[in-house]
Amino acid sequence: MDFLTILQILDSTVRLATPLLLACLAGLYSERAGVFDIGLEGKILASAFFSAAVAFTSGWVWIGLLAGIGASMVLAALHGVASITFRGNQLISGVAINFLAAGLTVVIAQTWFRQGGRTPALSGDGRFENVVLPGAESTIRGIAQQGPLGQVYSELISGHSILVYIALAIVPLTWWVLYRTRFGLRLRAVGENPAAVDTAGVSVVALRFSAVLIAGVLCGLAGAYLSTALSAGFVRDMSAGRGFIALAALIFAKWRPWYALSACLLFGFFDAVGNRYQNIQLGEIVVPVQFMQALPYILVVIVLAGLVGKAIPPRAGGEPYVKER
Amino acid sequence: MDKMPKWADVLLIPLISVVLALLVSGLVVALIGESPVRAMEVMVRGAFGSAYGWGYTLYYATNFIFTGLAVAVAFHARMFNIGGEGQAAIGGLGVAVILLGVAWPHWTIALLAAIAFSALFGAAWAAIPAYLQAKRGSHIVITTIMFNYIAASLLVYLLVNVFRVPGSMAPESGRFAEPAHLPSASDFAGFLGFPASAPLNISFFIALLACVFVWVLIWRTRLGYEIRSFGHSETAAVYAGINPTRIIMISMLISGGLAGMMAINVVMGEAERLVLDFVEGAGFVGIAVALMGRSHPVGVVLAALLFGALYQGGAELQFEMPAISREMVVVIQALVILFTGALDNMVRMPMERLFLALRPRGAVGAEANPVPTSPVEPHEPPKVDPQGSDR
Repeated sequence: MDFLTILQILDSTVRLATPLLLACLAGLYSERAGVFDIGLEGKILASAFFSAAVAFTSGWVWIGLLAGIGASMVLAALHGVASITFRGNQLISGVAINFLAAGLTVVIAQTWFRQGGRTPALSGDGRFENVVLPGAESTIRGIAQQGPLGQVYSELISGHSILVYIALAIVPLTWWVLYRTRFGLRLRAVGENPAAVDTAGVSVVALRFSAVLIAGVLCGLAGAYLSTALSAGFVRDMSAGRGFIALAALIFAKWRPWYALSACLLFGFFDAVGNRYQNIQLGEIVVPVQFMQALPYILVVIVLAGLVGKAIPPRAGGEPYVKER
Repeated sequence: MDKMPKWADVLLIPLISVVLALLVSGLVVALIGESPVRAMEVMVRGAFGSAYGWGYTLYYATNFIFTGLAVAVAFHARMFNIGGEGQAAIGGLGVAVILLGVAWPHWTIALLAAIAFSALFGAAWAAIPAYLQAKRGSHIVITTIMFNYIAASLLVYLLVNVFRVPGSMAPESGRFAEPAHLPSASDFAGFLGFPASAPLNISFFIALLACVFVWVLIWRTRLGYEIRSFGHSETAAVYAGINPTRIIMISMLISGGLAGMMAINVVMGEAERLVLDFVEGAGFVGIAVALMGRSHPVGVVLAALLFGALYQGGAELQFEMPAISREMVVVIQALVILFTGALDNMVRMPMERLFLALRPRGAVGAEANPVPTSPVEPHEPPKVDPQGSDR
């Protein structure tokens, strides 16, 4: 395996980790505020469809992105109404949202485009092009002729969609918001002890709603990335369990932003390796591709079992807050 | 104490929720430019209009009874088993192992073996998440979701590398031997007009027996009493000497076993071989069925029938009104879960207020000094509360 092959795998790791990272950070805001969100998958899917559909119709991907974020936020608001306003079961609400998105996207896609539940292929301004950073090569031949450092710069750092850089920038931003702002302190507090926040005269409902809506925005970015940057158009069930892998990454990261980045890169790496090699030869043992696909889930079970470290969720997670009278 | 009469709680509220879900679904159909009334007509006719339709409706309902009961039993112990999908897939593995591994002389014995193996495999797949919940406090919802994906990968691997017929490209096992085929509806009820193509088979009666089993277990045995008390209040149950680990393990094993038994209907009864993705979301439909059926076997049967009709009617809908995609059924399913599960309070709170307002004066006075007449109500729906399982 030569240097450039390794770089290519790492490059595709970054691409595949981006939607996971955005969804994982979405889950982080929501769960840190005490609202379980297993509806990440549905929000990603809804955004993937609406961003591709609107990008195709309008011919401009940025309008598509806005539409995707809007669709994801509508589902997020539904989750908020069910689990915060009506104090319903957050897990069941998440399950419902996943199904709602899986069904509605195909039903609407069939009505609008009549192509069996997909959108037409996007091209030109209809999708996010790769950003070529200044001084970087963009052709395979050009990259191959560079020295190692140039190759790292051109292959790995340059040449991603703008959403990849945005996602990477959101990690430090999230850290700053959570640990260095008043809003972040309150957000973390409302996930641990909502009664204390309420006693301090801060609205639990408003805080939780804003966290859930932030999660909507981030899932919207993740979905738009899937359908307008990673691929060119929407196909049914294109989120393919990424919402749940993101959830797994969130637990793996123990609900912390920087750890979330590493966990998503790790899971993205599994995905990249699984895409490139069908079976991996490790001495005498052949690791099947299905094992690589299942690895994130197996790792999470191991972490949850407390065999490696201990993942302690926010204490008030999943619990509707009832104001004392 | 009881703000509403029992019948309102078990009948009226689920009914209102389902009507709301159907109204919103009708709105969706209207928005995509089709007639909701005609869509409803097509679906009802498709599901119940012919013996052929019934043959499919009851076949789907059989799946949903198994998975619905699985979720319901876990609900009684306040466990949310979202892993029916994976447990059913592994149950199918059990069915394939025993039917391919042994030359069965007759379907009756083969059926007993398939029941045992599907339940055993399904229960085994639920055992690890249950153990982790009971001993390590790992959230059962997360672990069972993860196990769904692990099961899917495992099944693909085994179908491609172990079960696949040599020379064939399709990821499916060889067909089971002729004597192990279950009688289909046209064999045992051909006089009712079921055509040979209808997939309904003898497993339907196994599903009904499973309902009786669950009813007896939950409401007529000491174990069932312990499961329900644990579901209502863990601290009270522990105080009464009930062992939480034992209850979590047993209820989840039964739940997983029931989910696994779904494979009898599909793998043994219909496909007659192990195929990829045979569960087709039935594990998730079980959640909707258990919520709507208020975790009672009778409610589960009725809700499973409704969803069976939706699935069969949805297939017909695609033929008659091509503008409406089959996924409309998934939308309806989502709305039923939303209204009966997550938005339960939205329906319940106004109804409670209504019944309080309608209550005669004397009864209001009596409430202040309640007479302890009612024993444990048999229909008490457990509130699914993740907090209870998150210790």
